[in-house]
Amino acid sequence: MNATYDSATLDQIAADAPTLAQPYLRVGLDTGGIAAGSLVIHEFFTAAAKKHHDFPPIKRVGSNGLSWADPLLEVNVDGLPPTLYGAVDETAAQQILDEHILGGKLVDDHALAYPNEAQARATVTKSTEHTFVLVKDTSCDDGDKTEFFQFALQEEIKRQGLDPSVQVVRALDLGVQDEGVVLRILPAGITYANVLTTQVADIVARTIKNGEVVAELQHQASVHQQRIVMRNCGIVDPEDIDDYIRHGGYAGLKQALAAPPETCLATLKASGLRGRGGAGFPTWMKWKLTREAPGAIKYVICNADEGDPGAFMDRSVLEGDPHAVLEGLILAAYAIGATTGYFYIRAEYPMAIERVQKAIAAARNAGLLGQNILGSGFDFDAKVRLGAGAFVCGEETALIASIEGKRGSPSPRPPYPSVSGLWEKPTSINNVETLAAASAIAARGGEWYAGFGTKESTGTKVFAVTGKVKHAQLVEVPMGTKLRDIVFALCGGTHDVFDIKAIQTGGPSGGVIPEKLLDTGVSYEALKALGSIMGSGGMLVMDQSDCMVDVAKFYLKFCVDESCGKCAPCRVGGFQLLQLIDKIARGNGKPDDLDLLRRISVAMQKASLCGLGQTAANPVLSTLKYFEDEYRAYIEGGRAYARKMKQAREAGTPKPVVATV
Amino acid sequence: MIKQRTVKATIDGQSVEVPYGTSILDAARQACIEIPVLCKHPDLPPTAACGLCIVKLKDNAKLPRACATPLEDGMDVVTHDHELREIRRSVIELILSNHPNECLSCGRNGSCELQTLAAEFGIRQDVIKRTVRDLPCDNSNGSIVLDFRKCIKCGRCVTVCQEVQNVWALSFLERGINTRMAPAGDISLAESPCIKCGQCAAHCPTGAIVERDDVSLVTAAIEDPAKFCTVQIAPSVRVAIGEEFGLPPGTNLTKKLYAFMRRIGFRAVFDTNFSADLTIVEEASEFVERFAHGKGELPLITSCCPAWTDFMEKKHYDFIDNFSSAKSPQQMLGVMAKTYFAETQKIDPATIFQVSIMPCTAKKYELERTDEMMASGFHDVDVVLTTRELARLIKQSGIDFLALPDEEADSILGDYSGAGTIFGVTGGVMEAALRTAYHYVTGENLEGEAINFEAVRGLDGVKEAAIKVAGTEVRIAVAHGLSHVEQVLNKVRAARESGAELPYHFIEVMACPGGCIGGGGQPYGVTNAVRQKRIEGLYADDRDCAVRFSHENPEIKRLYEDYLGKPLSERAHQLLHTNYKPRPLYKN
Repeated sequence: MNATYDSATLDQIAADAPTLAQPYLRVGLDTGGIAAGSLVIHEFFTAAAKKHHDFPPIKRVGSNGLSWADPLLEVNVDGLPPTLYGAVDETAAQQILDEHILGGKLVDDHALAYPNEAQARATVTKSTEHTFVLVKDTSCDDGDKTEFFQFALQEEIKRQGLDPSVQVVRALDLGVQDEGVVLRILPAGITYANVLTTQVADIVARTIKNGEVVAELQHQASVHQQRIVMRNCGIVDPEDIDDYIRHGGYAGLKQALAAPPETCLATLKASGLRGRGGAGFPTWMKWKLTREAPGAIKYVICNADEGDPGAFMDRSVLEGDPHAVLEGLILAAYAIGATTGYFYIRAEYPMAIERVQKAIAAARNAGLLGQNILGSGFDFDAKVRLGAGAFVCGEETALIASIEGKRGSPSPRPPYPSVSGLWEKPTSINNVETLAAASAIAARGGEWYAGFGTKESTGTKVFAVTGKVKHAQLVEVPMGTKLRDIVFALCGGTHDVFDIKAIQTGGPSGGVIPEKLLDTGVSYEALKALGSIMGSGGMLVMDQSDCMVDVAKFYLKFCVDESCGKCAPCRVGGFQLLQLIDKIARGNGKPDDLDLLRRISVAMQKASLCGLGQTAANPVLSTLKYFEDEYRAYIEGGRAYARKMKQAREAGTPKPVVATV
Repeated sequence: MIKQRTVKATIDGQSVEVPYGTSILDAARQACIEIPVLCKHPDLPPTAACGLCIVKLKDNAKLPRACATPLEDGMDVVTHDHELREIRRSVIELILSNHPNECLSCGRNGSCELQTLAAEFGIRQDVIKRTVRDLPCDNSNGSIVLDFRKCIKCGRCVTVCQEVQNVWALSFLERGINTRMAPAGDISLAESPCIKCGQCAAHCPTGAIVERDDVSLVTAAIEDPAKFCTVQIAPSVRVAIGEEFGLPPGTNLTKKLYAFMRRIGFRAVFDTNFSADLTIVEEASEFVERFAHGKGELPLITSCCPAWTDFMEKKHYDFIDNFSSAKSPQQMLGVMAKTYFAETQKIDPATIFQVSIMPCTAKKYELERTDEMMASGFHDVDVVLTTRELARLIKQSGIDFLALPDEEADSILGDYSGAGTIFGVTGGVMEAALRTAYHYVTGENLEGEAINFEAVRGLDGVKEAAIKVAGTEVRIAVAHGLSHVEQVLNKVRAARESGAELPYHFIEVMACPGGCIGGGGQPYGVTNAVRQKRIEGLYADDRDCAVRFSHENPEIKRLYEDYLGKPLSERAHQLLHTNYKPRPLYKN
């Protein structure tokens, strides 16, 4: 593995692209998966492999985003469709070994739909002799009917004499939400929704027996995930560069290096890709400005200082597919003429750090970093620098100061980093997602990427959907996808107790968006118009039991704690806002306090030096905009109301809603 | 001909054309518009901390800071409107909510930039609840007092300490509302690398960093009948004190200062310019010894700036042998007052209370730097007042300073040459020493324009020259503002290591930009324009002096004849020289 790779080597490895005919076990060994116990599962199957001949190879992969169903295990063995299992504990692992791998049957209660349409379709291309019916009741208004339908289907299948060539399996989730009983029939790949008991016989007769599609039952998904950034997450071994290449990796780099850097910029321009860190500056423009800035030494930095509470997109990509990001970094370096690159990764992400370091070492070993990359004459190397836990170091100029070994405080712009950045050299700083998208764009073309999303906001965006939502997970959707579809169709909406009240996007710098506005399609412009921001992609779901004053306080406190303290509006403004909200939440607020809240917020927005301060008041302003009545309830209800809310909060019981006060 | 690039833009409807790179803040001044700002000091690069100088640009939703944003061609800037005023008012209120309400007992009452802005914006009530973290003052180093509670985190002190002076004593600690300016590592100022230059105090907009106030020690001593109070006035005080009374920088008030000192009760009024001449005679002799007779290390490096000697002992102690052992003028005058003057006037030196008026906070530290500062058997100098303290002393005294008649200094420690007075400017010590060294080597005095060493004058951070003395080339360097020192010393180090010829024979270093006229104890608001005016004031004083060579000062001649013998004599060594020792900050 010491040989330097040239273009021919890349082609050779890529030609060995894996097919579904090759059996495998994929264990999600990312931070989330491991926290949920996937190491144990990995060990379990490693031990099992030793005891059996021809055991499928066990592959380490990152997370495919279905965090709510960790630990994740994908099984592909002869005679069965590839199956994704979730919530795999040791009992389930034993079951999967005995029944699935050794027994040739799918296992109840753990099977998941693939998060990605393309992947889901791929599973149906694998021919098996048997038919599998996965069943799941997705609206449990009067009890879960999954088991009942499994029984009914089994009986009907027996009755029609199809047993034992058909297996009916209870699924954990079929990727369809709130659509009654859902069936997925494999290997045909047909999905039925809102199935009634009276239709069971018909389905068995027409579809299972004769392969006919019952059109009126067929489920039409309102939204699909489109995996570009996360194309390999959960699929490739993040610690194996060849596996990345087998899945099409470094093909974009190969193409780019064969053409002048301007071609790379033109591709990026055609793609319409905008910075995924939150501000949405056109990536090609950023690269072009850095390229055109005078100076022989230039730097490119990958900003992996993901710090928004509840956001874990970047971590998952770095842990699941580090080479996609590294390839993007090399591309950026080539486009701008940089010879050194940095990954600035927060120290709280040890696994991401380790995998990026391994990726860099492997790429260097393969000659994809270093001198004369792929014989192009282009020299570039990358290093890792760790962030020490300051949120503000995600801000470009503070990040640069941090790498330089200085206190991580922002500095005024201009000069912009593209002109004078790291060590006063032209520097381009790009988010993890941006770079992962760039490597895909280099391979597949700018027009291909621009085909997704909206006119102003092209491509896809990864969101980390968390909070009061059934399926807290990562989703990658085309820009323009409605917020409601993300929350409901993809993530199952809120738990069944309360209805949704609002969502919060953009992390602590973002704002809340009330339920009535959820039909907005996501884009930089649309979210800004609502008083929130795209941010890096955090999306927190809140239900009717959530107090919006608490929400504002929570996010504000985060920014107040993380303010670097350099500029007065942010340092003092944030602190005083928090004091005021705290006063209101204790029932000591005065009607005038709302005006003061607004006035201080505006001063922070307008007069703060960096993005942190300029946006820190967004949670306050947006909750005031949409939920002022909740603030007024505290002010008018005084301490008695505050006490009531406090008791409710402490008891964990549903909080009194404003309307009842 | 190469012409300067300019940009044309509109500010508040007025067309302006300014050199490329000019900030909106400075460009607005050219259009007679003052944008309020707290953190930007005209003397320092912007820190962009306060958020007051935000302005509006056409077609731009963001409000950039005027201090840190260069004016660009075609910009349409609005600097004042209702919205901007209201935002600024809110920001001032926020800053005030984190600032103690102690104006009446503050060292900056009446000269505080925050107080002024609050008054201009008509802040009449505390709308936002005041929260000030209780932090004790740092009085540890005897020269400078840090009152952390009054700090508005503008960053001027940190910038000047780190970037201008390269000292890195001050930094910001913690974050968010707990952010505070403090010695790096949260140690006391005395334990820190602080060299007491006082540039932080001179640039602080509020009372967070002030000189230690010793005015009452002086007034008490003056009224003590058992004490014979004497005073000396440093060169650069005379051309700056007027600023405290509304006069332009550079106005020379030497004779009014003499008159004031007598009025308030000093029994002898001396001039540090006299002892500057004395320092030159000793130092020039030292230079000739080393340069012409090979006795001692070259280059010779000046040591009259106590902040510089402190810095050298902490960071550049490999140059100790290069240091001139001649004491600074302040200490020379002190010891002469308590020996020669006391003996001549038959006064018990124990009763003499010597006050020194200095542009400098580090001079307070120099009083007790080593035992040699008590060569007379007593504290050679008892109290140092900075120019700013002197201004307060004058104002407290009730004496109409500017109306006083001119008076002369007292003999025998009062007469001075033009060479003595230019001690206060960067390059001045070098120039004065060269005038005398030339005489010692050639036996002749420079004449005409040759007296003025133009090459060492001006505000460039490092000035280099090669001067012919009796056919031999003397290579010299002058550095001021300590961030400029390292490059000069590194050249010498490189030559030493490689065995190459020394780049310099004589180096002058002054810690403060501009030399003592830009000292940390001088009136507030210093900029290069102000420094330049003060410098011109001293060069004018030099030009107007009948005697322009230290060795020709008749009182100096008399002093050697009557008391010291020859320069570098045993007695001179005993009273007028000192030594230095390494005091590394970080031990390996």
